[in-house]
Amino acid sequence: MYSEKFQKSLAAVEAAREKNIALEPERMTAKQKEDLLAAYHPDYKADQFEVLKIGPNKGEKVPTELAEMLQAHSRISADSVDLSNPDYETDVLIIGGGGAGSSAAIEAHEAGADVMIVTKLRIGDANTMMAEGGIQAADKPNDSPAIHFVDAFGGGHFAAKRELLSKLVCDAPEAIQWLSNLGVEFDKDADGTMITTHGGGTSRKRMHAAKDYSGAEIMRTLRDEVLNRNIPVIDFTAAIELIMDENGNAAGAVLMNMETKELLVAKAKTVIIATGGAGRMHYQGFPTSNHYGATADGLVLGYRAGAKLLYAETLQYHPTGAAFPEQIFGALVTEKVRSLGAKLVNKNGEVFMHPLETRDVTAASVIRECSDRGNGIDTGNGFGVWLDTPMIEKIGGEGTIMKRIPAMWRMFDKYGIDIRKEPILIYPTLHYQNGGLDITPDCMTTNIKNLFVAGEAVGGIHGKNRLMGNSLLDIIVFGRSAGKSAAKAAKDTTVGELTLKHIEKFENEIKEAGIETSAVSPKLLPNYTKQNNI
Amino acid sequence: MENMVNIFLFGKKYSVPENLTIMTAMEYAGYQLVRGCGCRNGFCGACATIYRIKGERELKACLACQTKVEDNMYIATLPFFPLVKQVYDMETIKPTEAVMMQLYPEIYACVGCNACTKACTQGLNVMQYIAYAQRGDFEKCAEESFDCVMCGVCSSRCPAGISHPQVAMLARRINGKYLAPGCDHLENRVKEIKDGSFNELIEALMQKPVEELKELYNTREIEK
Repeated sequence: MYSEKFQKSLAAVEAAREKNIALEPERMTAKQKEDLLAAYHPDYKADQFEVLKIGPNKGEKVPTELAEMLQAHSRISADSVDLSNPDYETDVLIIGGGGAGSSAAIEAHEAGADVMIVTKLRIGDANTMMAEGGIQAADKPNDSPAIHFVDAFGGGHFAAKRELLSKLVCDAPEAIQWLSNLGVEFDKDADGTMITTHGGGTSRKRMHAAKDYSGAEIMRTLRDEVLNRNIPVIDFTAAIELIMDENGNAAGAVLMNMETKELLVAKAKTVIIATGGAGRMHYQGFPTSNHYGATADGLVLGYRAGAKLLYAETLQYHPTGAAFPEQIFGALVTEKVRSLGAKLVNKNGEVFMHPLETRDVTAASVIRECSDRGNGIDTGNGFGVWLDTPMIEKIGGEGTIMKRIPAMWRMFDKYGIDIRKEPILIYPTLHYQNGGLDITPDCMTTNIKNLFVAGEAVGGIHGKNRLMGNSLLDIIVFGRSAGKSAAKAAKDTTVGELTLKHIEKFENEIKEAGIETSAVSPKLLPNYTKQNNI
Repeated sequence: MENMVNIFLFGKKYSVPENLTIMTAMEYAGYQLVRGCGCRNGFCGACATIYRIKGERELKACLACQTKVEDNMYIATLPFFPLVKQVYDMETIKPTEAVMMQLYPEIYACVGCNACTKACTQGLNVMQYIAYAQRGDFEKCAEESFDCVMCGVCSSRCPAGISHPQVAMLARRINGKYLAPGCDHLENRVKEIKDGSFNELIEALMQKPVEELKELYNTREIEK
């Protein structure tokens, strides 16, 4: 139930609903999109970025908050950890227990490697678990990997590394098959045909889903498989530095028990960074749809060891974060709501754009509506626009919402809003780290041997904006690939003497560049305590 | 000034704004969470919590990230519960009733108290999905349990020692792998890709100048 102050606008939305359902809004031209992004997208706000003074990407700009972490002090000094008696020794060390890390673990194990996962929270505490809408794969007769490629390449502003993107689209159907064989329950018709929908910027309906628990269904299945294989999962244990060997290859990590703060050493023949995203960095003060541990740790670990970043200056703001009620401020409202027919409507009841433009364009358009155009609704916690969910029931028939997006219904029902009958208020929320560590198609970093990366910590797969459903896809495709590559590389690797000299070297660079900072990194967790807010 | 309510975290009293969730109220009180906090959005099951409103008899369960504080709420978090997870090989397992008997025989000790259902933080009919599992009706068990976040509150209330979320996990995997209909268009496409049917098309895209790709993108036909 919405209070009195929303009623006038709500009445306008309801009055216009039939007309708005029938309306087919025009798509924007390339020029219109460019102008809109330049004026309203957060990535284009020059004063929110800082040029890096040190490290492999020196001279390039990244978000101010990320710059602080990339140029911060280590949590340890090079000589404070005894590397001579490792607590763990393994072939493949995987840092991160989300979808990418778990996929990598399964494939590395399948390839016969000794493998181990360390994760600072629990296995499955990851953005994968929270992905709602679906996973793309061009497996329908009217579709092809080539069409998928064009959609994603254009949606990412023609900046993706083509060799990574072609791998993503060509391995997609097999990824779906692999998940199905593990027991993931995709939405299907009685004859087995996948039920697929559009996402923003797709030209074919290739979004596969498991209701609106797509990521959760994938994640819990992968987790179950990791446990069935008895792969060791060291939980509540963060990697705080990479360990190198004397030859300059990655050879393990310094770990920290999140509860006791005990330091541990893991020695490995190969290392996979699968640490995920950065929503909890709250770039530009945005709320986030991300899980608690999304603090860009992998970028920091890699950068300090000398690995290159690609497109770290581009973030994805999901156009539909919950704007009301405040208890769920910033939480993800899946794009699937729009795939199923709900349109974006301003305070006057007007549809102001096509609901399935790409995410960056849609987010910028919502921000414009709520700022310069003055057509946003005051939520008491900023502004938002309506996402007219009752349209879904009118278009798809009664019961569509409970069948296709039960999690969305539940999220709002807890606060007395029945999305079948009432629209919801949304505003962009920090959602995805488009950039990350630069890799080759076998998932190895471009300049550090035996250091592999998979999942959201990778940069370049999607270019400068990602399409819905291509992230669940990339964690599976590149997670699996990283696991196979790392297991293979481990076979030919003899680890030299372990060293943390790179920490010392980086510390010297900080000094020489005249950077004065008290910050330490990786961040590991955000601090939301009251004392911290004051 | 915000309206404040009194809550009791593990028995200790704190005054917090009434609009907070249990999770944000704990942070407001000064807890830097490590355990009992995952997705903060109702999907991961990390923040299972039990509470009682002073003076009421009923002990309730919830997810801390999804529940607003109330005045006189006594709160204890349940960040970990020792569920039993059996290990099995999905490739060799048979989708028959006997599987449940072998792996999770305790489900047949269910006394029908329905405490699991009453405790479910997702409002699922837990006892019903266990009944389906007992009968080997994996499809119905999978459907009924689908929204489970595996927080473990059901199991904490079970006198028979059943690990409900793990039983449902097994049922869903069996259903997804063995019982759901196969998908021909998927099999075909995987084969086509393996046979190299798209190699030429993809290779052409890899070589095309960006300007041509822009043209291709901006004029592409979009399925209705």
